[in-house]
Amino acid sequence: MNCDKRKLRNDILLVAILLAVVSAAGLAFFFLRGEGNTVEVTVDGQPFGTYSLGRDARVPIVTERGSNTLVIRDGRAFVEEASCPDGICAAHRPIKRNGESIVCLPNRVVVTVRSTHSTQSDAPDVIS
Amino acid sequence: MRSNRSKIRNLTQLSMCVSVALLLAYVEVLIPPIYSAIPGIKMGLPNVAIIFVLYRFGVREAAAVSLVRLAVVAMLFGNPMTFIYSLAGAILSLCGMALLRRANLFSTVGVSIAGGVLHNFGQILVAMVLLSTAEIGYYMIVLAVTGTVSGVLVGLCGAFAVVRVPLKP
Repeated sequence: MNCDKRKLRNDILLVAILLAVVSAAGLAFFFLRGEGNTVEVTVDGQPFGTYSLGRDARVPIVTERGSNTLVIRDGRAFVEEASCPDGICAAHRPIKRNGESIVCLPNRVVVTVRSTHSTQSDAPDVIS
Repeated sequence: MRSNRSKIRNLTQLSMCVSVALLLAYVEVLIPPIYSAIPGIKMGLPNVAIIFVLYRFGVREAAAVSLVRLAVVAMLFGNPMTFIYSLAGAILSLCGMALLRRANLFSTVGVSIAGGVLHNFGQILVAMVLLSTAEIGYYMIVLAVTGTVSGVLVGLCGAFAVVRVPLKP
């Protein structure tokens, strides 16, 4: 019986630690990222195109695997229609924060929000 | 003679566990709200069978049941792609569960939580490699929460099965 209690306590501890780590990661993810201003599309790891979030647009992403339609509206990007069977990418909420992405696994399409004026430049700031 | 009989009995019982795992995967699809709420999540009901085998038979038997189940699913419904995803998840998940089971610090609930979260983690890792992007890693945050919740449910079912199901290895 004593053993069961100890295991129960450890279970609860495990859940608590997991949730703490997850919420810390979630908060960090949410607050450390500003809004992006461009959308980058890659297919199978290869660049497909980059589009501004500031201008409404409709971009068909057609490859030999299938098609996805990327729509940019009111500074947010989402996949409106997709040929993939699960439609997970089309169900994804619109994205606008830097680093957020929508992924279509069957068509290997990744849509990522980028910020062109963020700290992603290769040259470090130099203070002399 | 004796050992032959027990071998056959073992084989039969483990095969039954494989069928139960397959059935549970089917039952899982019949629970629609879980599916539509968040893209890409699964409850992982078949893990009830894996946990049962892990506790009542052993690590090797659990690995065998898990592998056969994945192979059958891939042959019947899937393709090589989905097989790679599930295999990565299953291997990580089983390693984690076997270690925690051996450590004897957690109940089936804790073990199955670890199994669920690691299963998601394995699939995210494969997705990162296949898509050569680290971006979807953030989705692990969502999957860790859903994995924990379903891990609790699966662990409770698993505990019930481990205690009640009258199979003798």
